[in-house]
Amino acid sequence: MYRVVKKEVLAPTLNLFEIEAPLVARKAMAGQFIILRVDEEGERIPLTIADYDRGKGTITCVFQEVGKTTKELGALSEGDYLQDFVGPLGMPSHVENFGRVVCVGGGVGVAPVFPIARALKETGNEVIGIMGARTKDLLFWEEKMGSACNELHVITDDGSYMRKGFVTDVLREVIEEKKDIGLCVAIGPLPMMRAVCDLTREYGLKTVVSLNSIMVDGTGMCGCCRVSIGGETKFACVDGPEFDGHQVDFAEMARRAVIYKPLEQQALSRFVEKQEHSCVCGCGGGEK
Amino acid sequence: MTQEKKPKKTIAPKKNPMPSQDPVQRARNFDEVTLGYSEEAVVAEAKRCLQCKNAPCRRGCPVEVDIPAFIALVAKRDFAGAIKKLKEKNALPAVCGRVCPQESQCEKYCTLGKKHEPVAIGRIERFCADWELANGVLPQEVEPPTGKKVAVVGSGPSGLTCAADLAKLGHKVNVFEALHVPGGVLMYGIPEFRLPKKVVQAEISNLKNLGVDIEVNAVVGKFAVVDELLNGGGYDAMFIGTGAGLPYFMNIPGENACGVYSANEFLTRTNLMKAYRFPEADTPIRVGRKVAVLGGGNVAMDAARTALRLGAEESWIVYRRSKNELPARHEEVDHAEEEGVKFAFLTSPTRIIYNDDYWVTAMECLQYELGEPDDSGRRRPVPIPGSEFVMDVDTVVVAIGQGPNPLVPRTTKNLACNKRGNIVADTETGATSKPGVYAGGDVVTGAATVILAMGAGRTAAKSIHAYLNGKN
Repeated sequence: MYRVVKKEVLAPTLNLFEIEAPLVARKAMAGQFIILRVDEEGERIPLTIADYDRGKGTITCVFQEVGKTTKELGALSEGDYLQDFVGPLGMPSHVENFGRVVCVGGGVGVAPVFPIARALKETGNEVIGIMGARTKDLLFWEEKMGSACNELHVITDDGSYMRKGFVTDVLREVIEEKKDIGLCVAIGPLPMMRAVCDLTREYGLKTVVSLNSIMVDGTGMCGCCRVSIGGETKFACVDGPEFDGHQVDFAEMARRAVIYKPLEQQALSRFVEKQEHSCVCGCGGGEK
Repeated sequence: MTQEKKPKKTIAPKKNPMPSQDPVQRARNFDEVTLGYSEEAVVAEAKRCLQCKNAPCRRGCPVEVDIPAFIALVAKRDFAGAIKKLKEKNALPAVCGRVCPQESQCEKYCTLGKKHEPVAIGRIERFCADWELANGVLPQEVEPPTGKKVAVVGSGPSGLTCAADLAKLGHKVNVFEALHVPGGVLMYGIPEFRLPKKVVQAEISNLKNLGVDIEVNAVVGKFAVVDELLNGGGYDAMFIGTGAGLPYFMNIPGENACGVYSANEFLTRTNLMKAYRFPEADTPIRVGRKVAVLGGGNVAMDAARTALRLGAEESWIVYRRSKNELPARHEEVDHAEEEGVKFAFLTSPTRIIYNDDYWVTAMECLQYELGEPDDSGRRRPVPIPGSEFVMDVDTVVVAIGQGPNPLVPRTTKNLACNKRGNIVADTETGATSKPGVYAGGDVVTGAATVILAMGAGRTAAKSIHAYLNGKN
């Protein structure tokens, strides 16, 4: 069992968990992910590592509550335990001195971009950070990202904080202004990563994205996470999760991401109904 | 006293039948198909054994069980004695009694089999193991501690057998398992209806009683690499039994469409994650109306039978050779047929057809005929030009085999592998190119059977024991 040592509610459905997992923390690197299960009946879900503390033996993950499992996870409190927690999985980010790099985080994607930006800065890169969110309330880690970047741009879709617009608006300006960028790292929702790649392709700027496909085991065994990279099938869990964004078949990814949507919806409604039926009749809030 | 003439023993020509669930009923539930012998049936079956002095059956057993001895005890109704005898050599009798291909092993060499049906050794073994699970586990003898520590990577059949043997010899054994429960393919691969998971876990808890420690959620190659465990991890030797976990695909167009599964994914979702209990269990699975399973091995049969139980209207085995060449056990093929699985022989897909939403709607196939025998001795399937036809399916399960899981080979220095990625290990000893590191099971041989993996685990345990004694 793995203890939640810290919980921070970043926004109404956006949570940060710091979880005690010394063996994972000992080896965790930027770009890798973990798989967890909330309880005995739980599904295995992958979350990208947002930070780690080798001394304390903890891993930090940030997640948005979207389905049954993430809602259940969000309902846990500090001191509660997770059933299972395994990692670090996947390949670490490739970090070297590229000179000048851009790190783009959209929405919850700011969390996994942070340790990559930090590692790139520590390796001597000049790091330009761009972070965006739908609205002000969903922005987090501005200060933390600031510390990992030499320059940070913040933008919101609705203009409720700083500039109004999309991360790609800032990215285009940055590329135009500073010609010699060696690498772009972009993590966020699929449409955002796709838009970033379409933009950087115009400029021939190599772009790395992190793909959060549906997974079961996360060790190369099931092939559920397969993605097409330059026409070749790769497993995001062992070959990735990071790939050359210009080679990713985003259209395929988007369709594979919703394979279980109707079933996920069913599980979620059932969960919500159960929660709303908080027990006054003595049934245990249970089965219908 | 009068000398009584010993009556000539008459032997029933057929095995005592195995009671099983009705095919129509069982094709829609996940309960175990075969129900196991009654006490009367098992004693009657044990009495069919001729107790041959040379015991040819033992030659067919990869873990060298003293078969006539345990059967003799069953015939005397000494079930406790029988299970004790079995467990001298076999750490997982409840598993082996259910999933071993006895027809090509012990029962193949049974003297009785020359004229009649052989003794149902597997069924008797299963009875003994189930008897113990129902009546309380008997303590096993363990040698005094040697002070030596061994790491076992992977808790499938080879790793568990190796761990049990070494623990009995007094060595401290730690098993590392990547998934959240131990058992490997016994948990994620073989379906509940053939091998109930509570039976697997009961056998594994017997190992824990021997002092074996099992750490789950521990991916060797990730949280630590082999070299770290050996140098500084405090381990004197290591066994690698990480299995054949990498699914092969056909490499045909449309294979990444929604509704195409590897058999590993299809079975893991169902068995390990209990998707058949969705939404009580959180992991979903989507099985359509008409399922095509590509391949003809035991895994393909498991997938096709699972598809029916998940509610598919039709479940097809699509195999490019004919019925005679099916690599699956006869019993599995018979069970599948009884349950209503359909077979498209001499057929292989050329592409998977999907709709605008990327969901499978059909599969284009080519018809084959059998030509000259190939290297495997089976007649080579040859495509018939112009024989393309479209099969109406909405789910495709690819069950054409698995390669070795690459995580350990990729991260271990000086560990020799062949070009398919299998670890190279001496068949006599299990020794790899790395001193103190042994390997066995599917990661060495490629996908094979549970009992062969167990045999390899046993061989490696003997070598590791000798290696550790030599280290003194």
